[in-house]
Amino acid sequence: METDNIEDMDMEVLPSMWPEDIGADAGKQFNIDKPGQDQDMLEEANAVRLLREELDILSKQRQEVELKKLEILEEHRFEEESYGGDKRPISILDEVYDIWLDIAPKKHDVVFRARKLRLKLRKHSKRLERQSSPVEELSQILKRADNFLHFVLQNAPVVIGHQDIIGRTDVEIFTGAGVKESQDFKKEVLEKGLPAKREITFETPLFGSKTFLIYVEPVFSKAGETIGINYMGMDVTDQVRKREKMAKLREEIAVQKAKETELNKTIHITEETMRAKQMLATMSHEIRSPLSGVVSMAEILTTTKLDREQRQLLDVMLSSGDLVLQLINDILDLSKVESGVMKLEATKFRPREVVKHVLQTAAASLQKVLTLEGHVAEDVPVEVIGDVLRIRQILTNLISNAIKFTPEGKVGIRLYVVSDPSLDEGERCPQKLNADQSTVSENGLKEDADQEGFHGEGPYQNHSLNDDPRTPAKSEVPMDADQEEEPQTTTVWLRCDVYDTGIGIPENALPSLFKRYMQVSADHARKYGGTGLGLAICKQLVELMGGQLTVSSQEHCGSTFTFVLPYKVSTSPDHSDDPDEVVDMANHDAATDEVAESFFQFQPRTLGSLFSSNGSSRTQKLLPHKIGFSGSHKLNGFSQNSYTFPQNDIIPEEMASVENGCSAIDVAETLSEPESSASHIPNHNCETPAHADKRGQDDTNNKFQDSRNTDSSYHAEPSREVSVAAKIREPLGTCKRQEKSDADSESTSSKIPKSISKPKILLVEDNKINVMVTQNMMKRLGHSIDVVNNGIEAVRAVQHCSYNLILMDVHMPVMDGLQTTRIIRSFEETGNWDAAEKAGIELTVPSQDALQNGHGYTPSGNRIPIIAMTANAFSESADECFASGMDSFVPKPITFQKIKERLEQYLPD
Amino acid sequence: MSAVKLESETMADGVSQLQKQLVDYTASLFDEAFLDEQFNQLQQLQDENNPDFVVEVVSLFFKDSERLVDELTKALDQQTVDFKLVDKNVHQLKGSSSSIGVQRVQRACIAFRDCSEEQNVEGCLKSLQHVKHEYSLVKNKLETLFKLQRQLLAAGGPLPR
Repeated sequence: METDNIEDMDMEVLPSMWPEDIGADAGKQFNIDKPGQDQDMLEEANAVRLLREELDILSKQRQEVELKKLEILEEHRFEEESYGGDKRPISILDEVYDIWLDIAPKKHDVVFRARKLRLKLRKHSKRLERQSSPVEELSQILKRADNFLHFVLQNAPVVIGHQDIIGRTDVEIFTGAGVKESQDFKKEVLEKGLPAKREITFETPLFGSKTFLIYVEPVFSKAGETIGINYMGMDVTDQVRKREKMAKLREEIAVQKAKETELNKTIHITEETMRAKQMLATMSHEIRSPLSGVVSMAEILTTTKLDREQRQLLDVMLSSGDLVLQLINDILDLSKVESGVMKLEATKFRPREVVKHVLQTAAASLQKVLTLEGHVAEDVPVEVIGDVLRIRQILTNLISNAIKFTPEGKVGIRLYVVSDPSLDEGERCPQKLNADQSTVSENGLKEDADQEGFHGEGPYQNHSLNDDPRTPAKSEVPMDADQEEEPQTTTVWLRCDVYDTGIGIPENALPSLFKRYMQVSADHARKYGGTGLGLAICKQLVELMGGQLTVSSQEHCGSTFTFVLPYKVSTSPDHSDDPDEVVDMANHDAATDEVAESFFQFQPRTLGSLFSSNGSSRTQKLLPHKIGFSGSHKLNGFSQNSYTFPQNDIIPEEMASVENGCSAIDVAETLSEPESSASHIPNHNCETPAHADKRGQDDTNNKFQDSRNTDSSYHAEPSREVSVAAKIREPLGTCKRQEKSDADSESTSSKIPKSISKPKILLVEDNKINVMVTQNMMKRLGHSIDVVNNGIEAVRAVQHCSYNLILMDVHMPVMDGLQTTRIIRSFEETGNWDAAEKAGIELTVPSQDALQNGHGYTPSGNRIPIIAMTANAFSESADECFASGMDSFVPKPITFQKIKERLEQYLPD
Repeated sequence: MSAVKLESETMADGVSQLQKQLVDYTASLFDEAFLDEQFNQLQQLQDENNPDFVVEVVSLFFKDSERLVDELTKALDQQTVDFKLVDKNVHQLKGSSSSIGVQRVQRACIAFRDCSEEQNVEGCLKSLQHVKHEYSLVKNKLETLFKLQRQLLAAGGPLPR
């Protein structure tokens, strides 16, 4: 009993524990196994019966549940795969019999509904008909095999009204291309005897275009012949639409993905390129430093005693070194531009000076018989704003290119104003300026006396002098007032032609000309050398500045490279705050030179020593005058005017400078009197009232005029003269390596003792350690030096004492080396310290003394060589140094060799 | 007799050993890039008239650098960092280290300056640490070098050229 109880308990517990869906299996197990196990027991029959009953209940429950489940599944399925998967060829007739018994989930959706519909149909429209089994009825109907619809599916009423359909053919109901298609389809099924599905689109009167999934299956008679078809249509318009939408979306996604990968690829490539370029820039920089060491050491080597063979080897070494250096510089520039690192600066500069300077530099290193000339049109503004270093770089590049490809003849620069579509005439007016004033002296001696004295005023004169320089001063005064009101800056487009009479460029080479590493041909590359990067850089730079670089060329006749660039022109009179400006303005000679249409020429053989300037176009035509250099302008003007004989072209360098040097003083002295009386004083007299107020704003006016009125200012003239002569010698000495190496080594050795004869050297350096090291090196070289720690102290030192050489740190607190140099240069050129005062340096010496001081040492060469000591060896800073008036630079750290070399180069012998 | 001879031998040994040590040590400083060619320049400037030149310059460098590092530490400690000041001091340090040929400090200064140009305080602080580290390293090395030199001089040996 105990076991029984246990079993009973077990049995009772079991049903509830079993999940219902596995009940059947469980039941079977018990049916078979239990009796076997408990056969010995007497009471077991009872238990078995009980169990059986339990099992029956269970299996009933299971069936119910299964049915329910099927129903649910069915609903669900119908929704989900509304028309999917009905592939078995079964006719409805077969289906009907077992419709209640075995519901195949795959097909019953249709059938199930068909059943319901049939019931409905029967109710609705077949009441009168005698009651018969649905099978019979259907068979009868089907046997008619007509086109009439006899029943419709549940979904149909959504599309077509019920009543409209029954008893009509689908041909009547539908319109559009689908009708014929469906008829054909039905025929096809009839013929083949195989069921098929197809999507067909019909036009419905109520809902427009609808797509149906048509399922057609043949109906067979008992004999097996096809007697008709069952035809079912399901509205799948939404599904089709969805499907299409999906397809479209998928397509879009695919496209998007493709685009994305493409973009990613591009980004990757761009990043790689940028990195490569950056890397190139860094590497070039890293390579350059040691390489310049190699080259400069080799240069020093040329100054030592060498035999012929050694010299030849060294020459090769130098030229290769130079080439590599140039290549690296070019690559560095190019990669800077391309990687967007290159920044443009906007500084004021004088285009005439740039042209002059570029030509002068080119002439200095010229190794063949070429005439270099520069034309600057009179309407080119005196001062424009742009990135002078880059512009100079472009010009230098183009000029050296032109020289390289020109065996004989001329190479020149033409600079003139062009109109830009965005510019109207009115805007260009202010540049029509000043013109026609070639030099102070000329004006003084000629009728243009009235304008004189304004030359130094830079932008101011843009207003005052402009339109007609010959207008008497009185009529100019009101104009001044008017033009003061003008906008602060305007843009002017300057066109620059660099032309040559060289070998020219064949037409087929023109397109690739500006591409990097491209030269006209391999032959050219061999013959002329070069990196093939120069023009690419020029083009990039010009475009970076918003201009265009073009070329026109005729083979064997020459080429012309033209670039047009926009520049800002400042017309604002308020510029006295800018110390640079002050320097420029104080430098009145430069200003006067800039004023007119200029023509510079560097004749062959003179190699840059001579350069004639044809100043004021109209007046000068009658009286061409010849000058040794820009600075000698005035004196030559004087001498010619006083002797009145036209003296034209070439004077050998030596003669010119000597002549200038000698004649300078007496000419100046003899002529200073007439000049000051004839030109200056009247001029100031009539201008002063008009400008009384302007002096307030811009006291450089004052200073300028004052200095002009004192006699002492004229003493500065001759001194400038000499400096010019010195300038001339210097490029020859430094740039013409050939000459240097040709020179007997004795001459170099003879230089050294001379330089030891106590030249005064000033070191301007703030870093104590650097001072100590440099001082020691200088001591080793036999020099004792004065040391100051910043620019202001340097200026003071120069005021007190005359130096033969200044070593100047560029980067210093209080006042940097560049500004200091500009102030010293300004003093040298004007004879006054106005610029220093502007910069806030109090004069410790009365200016008169300073002038006399300057006068005192002038004849021995008043332009002090200033050598920059620069920490960063970027070419920019070197350019900056030169632009500020420094003569050379030594990269830091200073080494024995470097300093020795510079001393030999710059100390007077 | 023999004892005296032995003594002079050991002394000669000591000197040559010291010399070798000094040469090796100097070479290692160059190999490990603590020093560069510029340091040779300094050594060339040292002669009979100026026997302590290198030591003098380097001591000045130590003094100056410590001042600059202090200034930099202070400057970077501020709530708002005066990058101009940082830049100025770094420039000074860079200039002096390059003049001495202490190239690892110089390089650290270049990185420092870049950070300061970017106004990157964190980078500056890191750079400062780096500079300090390099500085103390090279200071130790140089002091050892000078000590060796002194020992050699005391032992009566000439400095290797």
